[in-house]
Amino acid sequence: MATLAVTRPPFGGFSFENCKRNAVIEGEVNKVGCSLPAARKTGTTICGVIFKDGVVLGADTRATEGMVVADKNCSKIHYISPNIYCCGAGTAADTEMTTQIISSNLELHSLSTGRLPRVATANRMLKQMLFRYQGYIGAALVLGGVDCNGPHLYSIYPHGSTDKLPYVTMGSGSLAAMAVFEDRYKPDMEEEDAKRLVRDAIAAGIFNDLGSGSNIDLCVITKSKVDYIRPHDEVNKKGIRMHHVTSQHTACLDIVIINVIWSHHHAIT
Amino acid sequence: MAAPAAMIPYFGQQMSSKNDLVPDWTRQEVSTGTTIMAVEYDGGVVIGADSRTTTGAYIANRVTDKLTPIHDRIFCCRSGSAADTQAIADVVTYHLNVHSGVIELDEPPLVETAANLFRASCYRYREELTAGILVAGWGGVSFKKILNPVAVGGSGSTYIYGFMDSNYKPGLNKDQCLELTAAALSLAMERDGSSGGVVRLATISEEGVERRVILGNQLPKFSSH
Repeated sequence: MATLAVTRPPFGGFSFENCKRNAVIEGEVNKVGCSLPAARKTGTTICGVIFKDGVVLGADTRATEGMVVADKNCSKIHYISPNIYCCGAGTAADTEMTTQIISSNLELHSLSTGRLPRVATANRMLKQMLFRYQGYIGAALVLGGVDCNGPHLYSIYPHGSTDKLPYVTMGSGSLAAMAVFEDRYKPDMEEEDAKRLVRDAIAAGIFNDLGSGSNIDLCVITKSKVDYIRPHDEVNKKGIRMHHVTSQHTACLDIVIINVIWSHHHAIT
Repeated sequence: MAAPAAMIPYFGQQMSSKNDLVPDWTRQEVSTGTTIMAVEYDGGVVIGADSRTTTGAYIANRVTDKLTPIHDRIFCCRSGSAADTQAIADVVTYHLNVHSGVIELDEPPLVETAANLFRASCYRYREELTAGILVAGWGGVSFKKILNPVAVGGSGSTYIYGFMDSNYKPGLNKDQCLELTAAALSLAMERDGSSGGVVRLATISEEGVERRVILGNQLPKFSSH
């Protein structure tokens, strides 16, 4: 009863059939002198810290497409469940969809168990999905939340490895942010201190990394409440210059105006 | 876990290299450069590891725990790709729980069983995985003698083969094993760029598992310069 199937029945996961076609198109386009549009990446600084009563997550708000800022105020702190939030760095579409998929699965799981979801569950789901796609989903995540076992913070890498730590940073600005954390982190901080620390870490990323910029978003998660503060700090307001030269500059002694536009009777024959 | 990696073309790397704003190491895979070792003594086994995980030249985690519990008295030391080894360890933990939990057995699982489960996963997906794993534990009465009383692994292990050859003698007791492991790991961490941080030790015996951490400033010092 063998049938000749013309098309292969669709199976789950990504289909990489168009990769060869894309490679050919890229070759053709390069010959003409143009280039394919780059995927929008969140250059990004994201970080999280555990303090006495919970977790503070922070993120910048710049999304880049190559060397151009595509979105000056994008939201990088994604909802996973009422007590769990996740910051995403890497390819914007990947972080958005991955967190939405896990959020939806976690809600079903939570209805099935009848309990508030645990951060470890979200971590397991995320790492198993990312490992399955062998790093091709470019999502680097900072997952934080408070559950029945207290506050938890995980960093999740695109290939599916995770680390459970008291403070984590991810993204292109992570080195700048980590420098701030390594200097000033203390265990069992108060909420205001933790917020200030995260704000300073993201600011370090914004001012020292080209891929990060605009505002600072914060998300404070404790057992009793979630504060989604967007924006917490607008450090790059439009029109306000950072270093404005007012006094102490070279004095202007004289102004001379020379016209460089040719008059008409020179141009015509 | 059966990803058809052989069919997937390597286009991912090329596309992302166009973006200059995102530095190189954000795209590198996370690897546990590592020095790991296990030493058997009469009554148990001492295992040790460094604590550094790198993405390229950046240390992603300086306090990693590479001694992963698989069962109550069976541990594995992970080296290689962090994602691959974490995934394999999770799979083996699950299988072992099914093996000894669901299928009721009178005694705890053997270390050989865990090692065979690791071997099955590592061999089956050997094209896609980068993993070097030491399995050690106290596994009840077994019919097969343990293969090696001493094992080292990871990128830093090459620096301590000489040290192990000259300093290991059969018949060491628990404290001597701990000293030997700590000394060997310190030497490897000193010389290997991918190993560092703190030394994590664990002693597995019939009584249970005893874990300890030796911080950087408490490590045994060897060189005077």
